Amino acid sequence: MSLSKSVETDNALSAVHGKAASVKFDQVSKVYGTDVRAVDAVSLDVAAGELVTLLGPSGCGKTTTLRMIAGLEMATTGKILIGGRDVTKLPATDRDVSMVFQSYALFPHMSVMENVSYGLRISKLKKAEVIERAEQGLALVGLAGYGKRLPSELSGGQQQRVAVARALVLEPQVLLFDEPLSNLDAKLRRQVRDDIRDIQTKLGLTVVYVTHDQEEALAVSDRIIVMNNSVIAQVGTPRELYDSPTDAFVADFIGEANLLDATVLDVRNGMASVVLGSSVGGVEQVSGSQISITSAARTDAVGPARIAIRPGRIRLSPVNSENTLTGVIDKSTYVGSHMEYRVVTSIGTVFVVADAESAYRLGEEVGVGFMDKGPVLLPVK
Amino acid sequence: MKRSVVLWLVAGFIGYCVLPWYILEDGLWGFEWLFDGYPFDTDYAPALFLIFQGEKLWLSPILLFLLLPLIGDVFTRGLTERSAISTRRANVLIVAGIAGLAWVAFQGYGIGLRGWNFEALTTLFGPLEDRQFGMGAGALLIVGAFLFFLTTGIAGRGAVNGDVFVVGAIGLIIAMVAVFIFFPIVQMLASAFTDEDGGFSVGTFVAKFSENKIWGLGCVTGDTRCGVAWNSLFLAVLVGFFTTLLGLIFALVATRSGFRYGRVLRGLTVLPIITPPFVIGLAIILLFGLSGAVTQFVAELFGLQPTRWIYGLPGIFIAQVLSFTPIAFLVLIGVVEGVSPSMEEAAQTLRASKWQTFRTVSLPLMRPGLANAFLLGFIESMADFGNPLVLGGNYDVLSTEIFFAIVGAQNDQGQAAVLAIALLVFTLTAFYAQRRWLGKKNYTTQTGKGDGGMHVLLPKRVMLPCYVIAGIWTTFTLTVYGMILYGGFVELWGLDHTLTLKHYTTAFAVGYNDFGIHFKGSAWDSFWTTLKIAGIAAPLTAILGLITAWLLVRQNFTGKAAFEFGTMLSFAIPGTVIGVAYILAFNVPPIELTGTGAILVISFIFRNMPVGVRAGIASMSQLDKSLDEASLTLGASTWHTFTRIVLPLMRPAILAALVFSFVRAMTAISAVIFLVSAEYNMATSYIIGRVENNDYGIAIAYSSMLIVVMLTMVAITQLLVGRADTRRRSKAI
Ligand SMILES: Nc1ncnc2c1ncn2[C@@H]1O[C@H](COP(=O)(O)OP(=O)(O)O)[C@@H](O)[C@H]1O
Ligand SMILES: [Mg+2]
Repeated sequence: MSLSKSVETDNALSAVHGKAASVKFDQVSKVYGTDVRAVDAVSLDVAAGELVTLLGPSGCGKTTTLRMIAGLEMATTGKILIGGRDVTKLPATDRDVSMVFQSYALFPHMSVMENVSYGLRISKLKKAEVIERAEQGLALVGLAGYGKRLPSELSGGQQQRVAVARALVLEPQVLLFDEPLSNLDAKLRRQVRDDIRDIQTKLGLTVVYVTHDQEEALAVSDRIIVMNNSVIAQVGTPRELYDSPTDAFVADFIGEANLLDATVLDVRNGMASVVLGSSVGGVEQVSGSQISITSAARTDAVGPARIAIRPGRIRLSPVNSENTLTGVIDKSTYVGSHMEYRVVTSIGTVFVVADAESAYRLGEEVGVGFMDKGPVLLPVK
Repeated sequence: MKRSVVLWLVAGFIGYCVLPWYILEDGLWGFEWLFDGYPFDTDYAPALFLIFQGEKLWLSPILLFLLLPLIGDVFTRGLTERSAISTRRANVLIVAGIAGLAWVAFQGYGIGLRGWNFEALTTLFGPLEDRQFGMGAGALLIVGAFLFFLTTGIAGRGAVNGDVFVVGAIGLIIAMVAVFIFFPIVQMLASAFTDEDGGFSVGTFVAKFSENKIWGLGCVTGDTRCGVAWNSLFLAVLVGFFTTLLGLIFALVATRSGFRYGRVLRGLTVLPIITPPFVIGLAIILLFGLSGAVTQFVAELFGLQPTRWIYGLPGIFIAQVLSFTPIAFLVLIGVVEGVSPSMEEAAQTLRASKWQTFRTVSLPLMRPGLANAFLLGFIESMADFGNPLVLGGNYDVLSTEIFFAIVGAQNDQGQAAVLAIALLVFTLTAFYAQRRWLGKKNYTTQTGKGDGGMHVLLPKRVMLPCYVIAGIWTTFTLTVYGMILYGGFVELWGLDHTLTLKHYTTAFAVGYNDFGIHFKGSAWDSFWTTLKIAGIAAPLTAILGLITAWLLVRQNFTGKAAFEFGTMLSFAIPGTVIGVAYILAFNVPPIELTGTGAILVISFIFRNMPVGVRAGIASMSQLDKSLDEASLTLGASTWHTFTRIVLPLMRPAILAALVFSFVRAMTAISAVIFLVSAEYNMATSYIIGRVENNDYGIAIAYSSMLIVVMLTMVAITQLLVGRADTRRRSKAI
């Protein structure tokens, strides 16, 4: 069901108005027990009305970060501000933040209506207002008329939307999602994802969204905070992260990337001339291929470097075409929408995504070239 | 000022200015005191009125401490920074709470029935002509207020995220455990170290503790008897071993044999819960006693002279194994089911035979559970009082010796305390071993995500003996219970077997007179008292147990491990020890409870709380933690979350805890027998009294009656809980 289409939904939208606020972390750390450093000196800013995703592999500290925003976990050190107010010591009850849990956490002994109105009743609103706002909340997620049911009488997707409605009706300063799609089947995921994004933009909510799925993150976010090993790896818009990852981890985590050795020959006007292949002696003696490219330089340093290239930004052409390396098709896989090739070249094995129409055979020699803006220089570790 | 602080402030002032400070001889709820000179009569006067009359002036500082939070409030008015204000106010509350509690304790403990309680105080302040009784309702309320000041203050300084409810609950439970478990035990220790003149003396303790009567090894070295401690230990090890073995056999039969009547076996586990502990002993007498059915039959068959062989070790052993095997079964069935089938299947795919699989995989995996069952059997046997009392003969054990030291001709409380310490050392060691060695394994019900697969059936060579033993045992158990039901209808067991309703009419006759129904039977008094006391104790036990469980499962605070140990400790304290400790501690001011119904209620609460805690922990671990958290992020306080989310979802567990503590209160004997009074006599102690008069008919009739009443209750609960369960399940579909 698409939310934006129903008239009822639009009415409801205008009724719920957010009091969206910014979130700021200042050098926040969380230590469990004595030595488990789940979050390490993280500083971040989320502007009011923005949807920011925390993305990273399992165990990197996303949930912990989210729970510290909610006040379910207290920061060991550092400062947390919501809407400019210092809430570091404030428990969850007293923060104006709602959360949608991975398991939805709908109260099984309460009806949908009772669930959605729970927070409103707690805040001692008038009964009529409680009901009105709860019904608007349900309408907003397209579940008007489901109020009498028990959570167990709803499908997974519906339960999810009840959880969203329950969090929304309180008009929180910040709305948090912890992997909200992980209990849904693949088909439903895309739709719920879009619905969440829809509501967020229309109500202008501040949303912090946790996921480990990079595709989901790229699709819903204004900005993404990539975390790795308890620290922030990179912050940026989806496009920035995809186009110019700052390190190998981000490059590889956000969409796959071929990581290749390279040598920077010189840097001019912020652009580096790079030769692929590792340098054996000095800059002059580059082994392997003789393909050169230019890429946005990060530093003025000349010498060995690493380069990340997206599989989709490598072009296969007939062997010995201009500015290509020669490679041999090592493996080819048909996956429906496109072809995937593994190509062995003198500078290493690269993974290439090509047109479904292309039909290179195993063992065939091909020319491997790179699209403009395709290769990204990474700092050498 | 916080609303809750104001509330407790008001309560404190009511305690100080309105309610009688001292405990009332005729009880508070009679309200006779209201019309008998209140508020000026010094027996009934509130503290404030006492002071105005120039009496008990040592109560006046309490008023000052009560006023402290108000004063603190006024003095922080001028400050502007919010955090500074709240920290200062918190500090003032802490000071008021600690000072108040300390002063109440000091004056209560220091000044007793004969002026100063301690020599040191007399020399310090000079002799005191005045004296005072135990503290009453007013004092109780004040103590509550001070305790809450303290916990609110601690929360105000940021403990547990400043959660007043959680810190308050922790404080309350710590205070109760301290007053009703640690204080009496310490008091008992002190009395074991007291010599004839009332002085402190290690020598006295050592002399009494090392007596031959306790530790003698006469049965090994010569032909005298062994010390009671060895007797108890030997019996407990034996019982622990056999209950574990039988429990394992039952568990295997119930889960690994394809046996269709597993439910019946599980039903048998209810029996020990609803059976007063000495009833099995009675049935054993009916079977094997001098005029017992089996004895007579065998005597006639072989022309033997009937003997009293059953009295002593054999009798106690049989009775205890009968009583406690179901407990071992209950523990082990979880363990046996907990062994993941996929492990066994893995072993089989690696070419292990059924027997090899059982021996090399299943059995080793059950080892912690077996140890747990053994320790439980050990502790239960050590603590058992009823069976040794009716069947002990010359085989003295610690729990009964404690009783005889108190009620016997010697009335030697010091001796009782020494014996109780010996008993306590054993059970605490076992308890500690259990916790230390098995960690928390026994808590986590193995309900994790099932990884599918079927349990491997047992190999024949294990199964056959299991069947035989389980069969014999079940028959025996059923016979025993049959005897109990039947025995109540027999004129005089062993001599005159004509059927009669005599015992029932003596005990439970109901007549009519001008005033309506008249309960004529001799047992009614104790029956109603029992229902009443159990009825008051059960909800309190359940709620305390659940709050404790909730704190343990859901909250994090410093000292949680110690808190858990403290609350579970009373599980390892035998009832007889609690009984002795209570009469030693609560016979004199400041807490004078002996002879009241309250002391019975309190003893039940603290004896049964660990079970409530365990049940609560088990069922709370099944609740998704994010339910609590969702409620918190929706702006609900922890108190709201606890009452609106946790409690409703725990309803089956609450019901079970309620019934369990009710039933346990009805069947308890070991602590009760020390604490009953003429006014508050309990069913079990009444029955024991009949047994001691050789009045077996009534004793057995009454026991049957109790069993039937409790069986009905358990059945009804099962029905209710069962229905709640199925309803939830059908909803889930
Ligand atoms: N309550 C806890 N106690 C101890 N360690 C924890 C706790 N919660 C999380 N951790 C640890 O902190 C790290 C980060 O966890 P989490 O924030 O849940 O990761 P993510 O959500 O990114 O998968 C993990 O290594 C995890 O084991
Ligand atoms: Mg997570």
